[in-house]
Amino acid sequence: AQSRIISGTVSDAKTHQLLFGVTVLVSGTSTATQTDDKGHYRLAIADSVKTLEFSFIGYATQTAAITGEVVDVQLVAEAANLDNVVVIGYGAVKKKDLTGSVTMLSSKDFNQVPVTTPEQLIAGKVAGVQIMSNSGAPGSGSTIRIRGGASLNASNDPLIVIDGVALSNDALPGSPNPLSMINPADIESFTILKDASASAIYGSRASNGVIIVTTKKGKPGKPVINFNTQFTVSQIPKYLDVLSPAEFRNYVQSNGDAAQIALMGNAGTNWQKEVYQAAVTTDNNLSLSGVAANGRLPYRVSVGYLKQNGIVKTSEMERKYFGFNLSPSFLDDHLKIDVNLKVAHTDTRFANTGAIGAAVSFDPTQPIYSGSNRFDGYYEWLDPASVSGLKSLATLNPLALLMQYNNRGRVLRGIGNIQVDYKFHFLPELKANLNMGFDEAHGIGGILVDDSAAQGYNRYKDPNNVFHGGQNNKYSGWRDNGIIEFYLNYLKNIGDHRIDVTAGYGFYDFISRTMNYPDVTYDGTVIPESVPAYAMDKPRYTLISYYGRANYSFKNKYLLTATLRTDGSSKFNPDNRWGVFPSGALAWKIKEEPFLKSAAVLSDLKLRLGYGITGQQDGINDYDYISYFKLSGNNAQYQLGNDFYQMYRPGGYYYNRKWEQTSNYNIGIDYGFLNNRINGSIDVYYRSTKDLLNEINQPAGTNFTNKIVANIGSMENRGIEFLLTVVPVQTKNVKWDVNFNATYNKNKITKLTIVDDPNFAGSLTGGITGATGNYIQIQSIGFPRSSFYVYQQVYDQQGKPVENVFVDRNGDGVINESDLYRYKSPDPQYFFGLSSNVTYKKLSAGFSARANVGNYVYNNVASATGFQVNILNPLGIINNGSSDVLYTNFKGGSDKFALTDYFIENASFLRMDNVYVAYSFGKLFRNTGDLKLNLNVQNLFVITKYKGLDPEVPNGIDNNFYPRPRIYGMGLNLNF
Amino acid sequence: KKLDRLPLNDVTAEQAYSTPQGYIEAAAKVYGAFALTGNKGPAGDPDILGIDEGTSDFLRLFWCAQELSTDESVVSWGDAGIQDFHNMNWSASNPFLTGLYYRSMYQITLANDFIKHAADDQLAAKGITGATAANIVSFRNEARFLRAYQYWVLLDLFGNPPFVTEDFVMGSTELPEQIGKEALYQYIESELKDLETLLPDSRANEYGRADKAAVWALLARLYLNAGIYTGTADYNNAVIYSKKVIDAGYSLISDYRNLMRADNDKNKSEFILTINYDGNKTQNYGGTTFLTHAPVGGTMPAAAFGIGGGWAGIRTTKALVNLFPDISGNTDKRAQFWTDGQSLNIDDQTKFVQGYGITKFKNIEIGTANKSGASLDFADMDFPVFRLAEQYLIYAEAVLRGGSGGDAATALIYINLLRARAGAAPITASQLTTDFILDERGRELYWEGFRRTDLVRYNKFTTAGYLWPWKGGTTNGKSVEDWRNIYPIPAADKAANPQLQQNPNY
Repeated sequence: AQSRIISGTVSDAKTHQLLFGVTVLVSGTSTATQTDDKGHYRLAIADSVKTLEFSFIGYATQTAAITGEVVDVQLVAEAANLDNVVVIGYGAVKKKDLTGSVTMLSSKDFNQVPVTTPEQLIAGKVAGVQIMSNSGAPGSGSTIRIRGGASLNASNDPLIVIDGVALSNDALPGSPNPLSMINPADIESFTILKDASASAIYGSRASNGVIIVTTKKGKPGKPVINFNTQFTVSQIPKYLDVLSPAEFRNYVQSNGDAAQIALMGNAGTNWQKEVYQAAVTTDNNLSLSGVAANGRLPYRVSVGYLKQNGIVKTSEMERKYFGFNLSPSFLDDHLKIDVNLKVAHTDTRFANTGAIGAAVSFDPTQPIYSGSNRFDGYYEWLDPASVSGLKSLATLNPLALLMQYNNRGRVLRGIGNIQVDYKFHFLPELKANLNMGFDEAHGIGGILVDDSAAQGYNRYKDPNNVFHGGQNNKYSGWRDNGIIEFYLNYLKNIGDHRIDVTAGYGFYDFISRTMNYPDVTYDGTVIPESVPAYAMDKPRYTLISYYGRANYSFKNKYLLTATLRTDGSSKFNPDNRWGVFPSGALAWKIKEEPFLKSAAVLSDLKLRLGYGITGQQDGINDYDYISYFKLSGNNAQYQLGNDFYQMYRPGGYYYNRKWEQTSNYNIGIDYGFLNNRINGSIDVYYRSTKDLLNEINQPAGTNFTNKIVANIGSMENRGIEFLLTVVPVQTKNVKWDVNFNATYNKNKITKLTIVDDPNFAGSLTGGITGATGNYIQIQSIGFPRSSFYVYQQVYDQQGKPVENVFVDRNGDGVINESDLYRYKSPDPQYFFGLSSNVTYKKLSAGFSARANVGNYVYNNVASATGFQVNILNPLGIINNGSSDVLYTNFKGGSDKFALTDYFIENASFLRMDNVYVAYSFGKLFRNTGDLKLNLNVQNLFVITKYKGLDPEVPNGIDNNFYPRPRIYGMGLNLNF
Repeated sequence: KKLDRLPLNDVTAEQAYSTPQGYIEAAAKVYGAFALTGNKGPAGDPDILGIDEGTSDFLRLFWCAQELSTDESVVSWGDAGIQDFHNMNWSASNPFLTGLYYRSMYQITLANDFIKHAADDQLAAKGITGATAANIVSFRNEARFLRAYQYWVLLDLFGNPPFVTEDFVMGSTELPEQIGKEALYQYIESELKDLETLLPDSRANEYGRADKAAVWALLARLYLNAGIYTGTADYNNAVIYSKKVIDAGYSLISDYRNLMRADNDKNKSEFILTINYDGNKTQNYGGTTFLTHAPVGGTMPAAAFGIGGGWAGIRTTKALVNLFPDISGNTDKRAQFWTDGQSLNIDDQTKFVQGYGITKFKNIEIGTANKSGASLDFADMDFPVFRLAEQYLIYAEAVLRGGSGGDAATALIYINLLRARAGAAPITASQLTTDFILDERGRELYWEGFRRTDLVRYNKFTTAGYLWPWKGGTTNGKSVEDWRNIYPIPAADKAANPQLQQNPNY
């Protein structure tokens, strides 16, 4: 047949940007090509061919008639968003073809404020996902909970996959969260897999959901240089309400004895003011991206430098970051290689956070400096009769705790992988994918405390009766995790049928090394008994997986997904090692049915049904399915005769431990109206975890431990998620969008022990400070996880709590542990996110807010400081405390007064996470230099009834929490 | 096979028990479970979970259960459940009782494991022979003794614990069952009778290891309380076995005030078996570290107690003070009270300055005023589980209660030996009554972990027959239910082991 050459360019219908990588298919054949980086294509075709099909990710496929030698095409971005290809495990699907509960957020959806850890980009943006920063400390990560978490004693953290590397959640000194090393500026998108039908492909590690992070890649077009700089100032939003110097003086004078009154000084020190500071952060990022080698070699290189000071004095972090991505393709796109490397070096100085509590407690009538040279001039409580000269167990000077403590940790971490994707020449429907990755980290650090510091003063007496103090200690650890994954994928359209099958294998090795060091005083004296029994430990576990997934769609209306994964973990005995995790999902694109096809108002309607089982083995010990003997340390030896022996201790073990399994049921509806100007989804889910990895009591005499994690118990979470995105106004000059999400989640423990014994209250958890051995929470059947377990306070006629008077709930005339009851829980039942952006010409503004309802907090600051025995302390000192004492007049000191429900406070809140205004100056120079300026405030306000500093605290126990700052920021973004 | 991962440092039982050294280190754990709270000093790798590690050692828990519940001690702290002891309103969820129960059962479990691995055929199979094997066999017998001791603790405090021996197959789904107080009593007795022939002669074993005298001393204590445990008294045997200890060559040390000192390992003439501590090498927050720190507060100078600072916790009630006609110590050196800044009466147990302090325990070397032990934070002092003085008191009480094989004249001599050492006036034969013995036990043995058992034996623990300040939670004291003479089986174990029966009324 005759053949002719057709050429043309492909561009975006709206922006007129030339599109690179568009597939141009000769209709009815398998002949195809792609556009180059200038959007140009060139193709030889037979005369008989009348049309070409143009398809590109994020755009509607378009068929164009061949009318001449040149066919130029303008592709239209698909309704509402461009990001309609969603990365899922081992592949990607179009958003409209999703069968599971999956949310994807790309950079335009992110919170438009400078954040230093990536997960904060999406805080409050996703229904069913709670992201709570762990504290205000620099570099501290966040606690992420997807649909409430599935476990009790095993991990509740989701699996995080960065560019195909699944990270372990194990902490390394100095890197609290696996995401904290990633530069937020490099992130292209987050995909959150919430239900099992979506996450089961990750099988064993997916019980708590999966977060897939994709970083930016080189994009077609001319090279782009982006420079981004942020400058912020952080401040503590408020101080904890403690007695002022005047109130304190008054309190001591009216309640104290002569000796206690005499202890007061003449100063008036606001210790909280002394330990906090306004802190400056700068964050600078530079990236270069583009495509080289004639459109065959997309690349992106980025560097970042972050310097963050904490609001607690002395805390700071410096992060240097290098990111690199290369994704070339060869052999007519049959072979694609994707290389990623991210390296971060963080240097963190950790403040002695004991100062936060000390600042609450330290006597406000004392000065900061004593005027003498002792203890570097800091005022401390003294006792001439003691060997150190210090009053034993007294509160230490908060500022001295900070200034005389230098804990510096440096972590070098690299995550990288190379992914090879090959589409077979003889069978283009089949492709093979090999992914090899690593996650390496090396952390090293030390704690230096001067021997003149009161903390650790004269703490060691050597055999010659010479005292040594301070610290000069080291710590270090490594992590060497590796992954190898291989899968085959077959995709074929046959008439109305579309089949997409994936089968793969994965090998995941988790190795860490921890060095153990002896305790060394400031002058370098090694405390001999502290020399560790083992210089190094090297825990290791391994996972092996086989997995498969089949996607089938019929007439593009009925979609079916089935996955099966089987995982083996070295953490279980050989008989229990392998777990099988199946899932299935159905989706029905109702909108595509003839009876709705013409409904103009309704632009999308899809029903999703999913079921699946996921597994869990995180958070349990690596080897203890058999008992291992371990020698005790040198300061835990026992003397027999004249010799001291290290003791060989048999460890507790649980042979029959197996995979924890969570069954997930999900029903969801995706909807869209008015060309998706109104769109969203509703999901209803039920998750039930059985064989719960749960620390249970062992029958005495049957094990070398009295508690061990076994597979006993069940727990369920049920909930509803609602997501709504509205674009109320969209004109040439104005665009306004509103995003709202709401989640209801209810958690309940349904089984906890081998036999249900009504007299067994449950397992205590949630240790509190103030009195030794006290717990405030309990895991018990029929109640939410970590419910508070307290006495029911009796109030007087004025509504004030009457100290130590509690309701005798079992009516036996005695107030004891049997009268404790379960009251509220730290998890919210409802949580909401609301954000909105308005763009008017070059000006844009927006906010993002979050609210939690039904979460309660134990105010441990009030319970541990707001009572008389703390203030007029029997140790022979006086302490400050929570102003609550003026209201309650609690004397304290008994073993029960702190365990009252009076201290359980409603901590529902509405937090304005961030507000911003940005102005885009457009092209600064003739054709280039996009400049954008941004002003913003984070954590602008919190509305809550909670009386402590912050209603959002980990585990619902508020104690010495590093406060979250309010942050004022200014940013500049420049594109060349 | 790639899924077979092994720890770097830890070893399996087969490896641990492959060498004589491994056996001795495992035996050190069976003993060390008394003294330490875990594998790391002072804390950080605990044996017993669910309780604050610092309070999870044997002696501190045993002390709280035996002393805080009595006239001898009150505590100012608010540790969960600690005030329940003196107020006598403990429940089956009390964390101290749970901790003590699990600690005792833990040592039994360790002993069972050791006994099994140290069986003769096991040693032979590993080629361990001769003196090395003999030493391990001795450790095996000592492990049986420690197990019998812990079963006595459980019998005395909890009545009817689950019963496991080395025959129990660990890791099986079988659950330990209770055998009842009588059967447990008979088991302890038969074990001790057997060990009487197996353990080294009295004073022939290494310091800190059990010998025949320890066996006799425990038998004497068991027989003295037989009526409480089984309903049938056995004072004859109490006389016989206390006499065996007394005749074994022990003698009282000269100065009562040197008993509880940093270097009291010098008191070998009086101590029959000790729990050993060392300020550097055997660190934890219980044991004698607790006994030297917790009583110090108020105006008591820490340096005089050989510590860095006191914990301002435990004091005594006037009931103990009143046992001494003269509390100055001039006429009875056993009176060691701190009165400066302290009131005799107690309005509020949580105030350290109410109730006299006790200065009996000092981390100071014998013969010095303030030469402290190796560390200011952790005591060097060893704790005598058995000492000769108790055997004198058992002999006298058993004779007075009608035990044959002894005589009142000898009993009087023994009691006056104790009084003479204390510098107290001797008593006459007519003064020697059982009630006098109870008071004398208070004077001689206070704060050494005997008081609850003694008051139960005298039927004074729960009854209105003897009241002390804040007994049962009221200022002047009140009687409580008789079923509180034994403690409850902890709810935690009842939930884990459905075989268990709770003690009555709990």
